[in-house]
Amino acid sequence: MARAVTQQRKIINTAAAWAVGLLIFFPILWTILTSFKTEAQAIADPPIFLGFDWTLENYSAVMERSNYGRFLWNSVIIAGGSTILGIIIAIPAAWSMAFVPSKRTKDILLWMLSTKMLPAVGVLYPIYLLFIQLGILDTKVGLVIVLMLINLPIIVWMLYTYFKEIPGEILEAARMDGASLKDEVLYVLTPMAIPGIASTLLLNVILAWNEAFWTLNLTAAKAAPLTAFIASYSSPEGLFYAKLSAASTMAIAPILILGWFSQKQLVSGLTFGAVK
Amino acid sequence: MATQHSRSAARLMMAPAVVLLLGWMLIPLTMTLYFSFKKYLPLRGGDLGWVGFENYVRFVTSSAFWPSVMTTLIIVGGVLAITVLFGILLAILLNQPMWGQGVVRILVIAPFFVMPTVSALVWKNMFMDPNYGLLAHLWEFFGAEPVQWLSQASLTSIVMIVSWQWLPFATLILLTAIQSLDSEQLEAAEMDGAPATKRFAYITLPHLGRAITVVILIQTIFLLSIFAEIFVTTGGAFGTKTLTYLIYQRVLESQNVGLGSAGGVYAIILANIVAIFLMRIVGKNLDA
Repeated sequence: MARAVTQQRKIINTAAAWAVGLLIFFPILWTILTSFKTEAQAIADPPIFLGFDWTLENYSAVMERSNYGRFLWNSVIIAGGSTILGIIIAIPAAWSMAFVPSKRTKDILLWMLSTKMLPAVGVLYPIYLLFIQLGILDTKVGLVIVLMLINLPIIVWMLYTYFKEIPGEILEAARMDGASLKDEVLYVLTPMAIPGIASTLLLNVILAWNEAFWTLNLTAAKAAPLTAFIASYSSPEGLFYAKLSAASTMAIAPILILGWFSQKQLVSGLTFGAVK
Repeated sequence: MATQHSRSAARLMMAPAVVLLLGWMLIPLTMTLYFSFKKYLPLRGGDLGWVGFENYVRFVTSSAFWPSVMTTLIIVGGVLAITVLFGILLAILLNQPMWGQGVVRILVIAPFFVMPTVSALVWKNMFMDPNYGLLAHLWEFFGAEPVQWLSQASLTSIVMIVSWQWLPFATLILLTAIQSLDSEQLEAAEMDGAPATKRFAYITLPHLGRAITVVILIQTIFLLSIFAEIFVTTGGAFGTKTLTYLIYQRVLESQNVGLGSAGGVYAIILANIVAIFLMRIVGKNLDA
C-alpha cells in the first residue's frame, strides 16, 4: 500500500516537473524549430508546431547576409581571450591567497568582489573616453581587456576556492624535495588544479560570451561579437522571424552546450561560495 | 610556517591582479567624479567649467528621474518576487523523486545561458508581437483581444522576459540549498504528524533563508543594471526607462557627460548599499 502511494506520487512528480521544465524551455525550443521553417510558415496562423517542411535556407541566408563568421570569430576571441588572460593573472594571486594567507587575505578577496558590484553605466563615459584615447574603441583587444577585468574577481574567487581544497602537505613535500616556487606552481599545483581551472574557464567563457553592456557600447563594425549581431535584428525588415531564429540558434547553441556541462560549478561560482 | 621569503613572493604574485583591479576601479571612478562636477558637453563646446553640485541637483530634479526610479523598483521588485517565489516552488518540485530528473534540470537551467539580446528579441517578436506572436494566437484562441505587450503592458513584458532569464539562477541555487537539508529532520516531523505546510514553514523555509538572501542580493546587483533587454525591445520608451537606461541616454545619446556622471555616482552609491549586505554574508562564510 505504502509503496503504491509513493509510486503514484512519483508519477505525479514526474509529470509536473516535466510539464514545468518543457514550459520553461519552450521559447528556446520554439526558436530552434522556427529556424528550420520558411518565413511564411514562421508566421502561419494557426502556428505550425512540427508539421512543416524543414529547410536550412535561413541558415545560409543569415551566413551570407551578415557575415556571421566574423561575429562568431569576434565572440570566440573576446570570450576566450578575456577568460584565458584572466586565468593567467588570477592563478598566482589565488595561489598565494590559498597557500600563504595573511590577515589581509579575506579583506582583499572581499574588496575584489566589491569591484564587481560597480555598475557599468556609472563608468561608461570614462571607459569610452579612455578607449578613444588609447585607440582601442571597436577593437577586440579593448573588449578582451574590459571583460577580463569584469570577470577577474570571479576567476580569482573560484580558483581560490578550488586551491584551498588542495592539501598543503603535498606542496610542502615538493618544497622539501627542492622544488622552486615556479616548479611548485607549474608542476605540482597546476595539474592538481586542472579540474578547478577547467570549470572556472567554462563558467567565465559563458559569462563573457553573453555580456551585453560593454560589447554593445564599445563596438561598432569591426569588433562586434554575436550579442551585437543579434541586436542588429531589433529593427525588423520584412519577414524575418525564421532568419532571426536561425541567427539566435547559432548564437546560443555553443554556449547552451557548454552551459549544461558547467551547471554544478555555476552555483558556487556565482554565489562566491556563499551557497555550496 | 610561511617564511619571510615566501610571504614577499606571495605578495608579488598577488600584485598583478590587485593592481589591475585597483586601476579598473579608481581611474574610471575618479573620472566620473571629476566630470560630475563639470558642465561637460563633448559635442557642444566640451568642458565648460566647474559647476559644483549643479549636475547632482539637476539629475534628481529632472522630470525623468522619479519615473526612472519607480521603473527600476518595479522591474527589480517584480523580477525578485517572481523568481524567488517560483524558484522555491520549482526547487521543491525538482527535489522530489522522479524519472528523468537530470533532463528536467537541464531544461529548467537553459534560459540562463541564452544571451540577453537573443532572449529579449525572441520574446519581443515571436511571443509578444501583437499580430504574429504566439501569445497573440493564444489570446485569440480563447477569444480575447491580443495584448500590445511592449507598448501597452511594457513593464509587465520586461519583467516577464527578465524573470524568464533569472528563474533558472534562483531555482538552481535554492535547489542546491534544499539538497543540503537533513532529510531525517523532515521525516521525524512527518512521523510526529506535522502537515506538509508546517514542515515547509518551520523546517524548509528557515533552512533556505540564507540562500534566499544570497539570491536576492546577487540578482539585485545584476537587475539594477539590466540594459540589453530594454535596449533591443523598447529603447526606453513606454515607461521602461530605468535609472541605468536614463544615465546611458544622458551620457551617450544626449552627450551630457556632466549630468550623466552625476547620475552614475547615484547608481554607484545605490549598488554599494546592496553590495555591503552581500559582502557581509560572503565574508561570514569565509571565516567558516
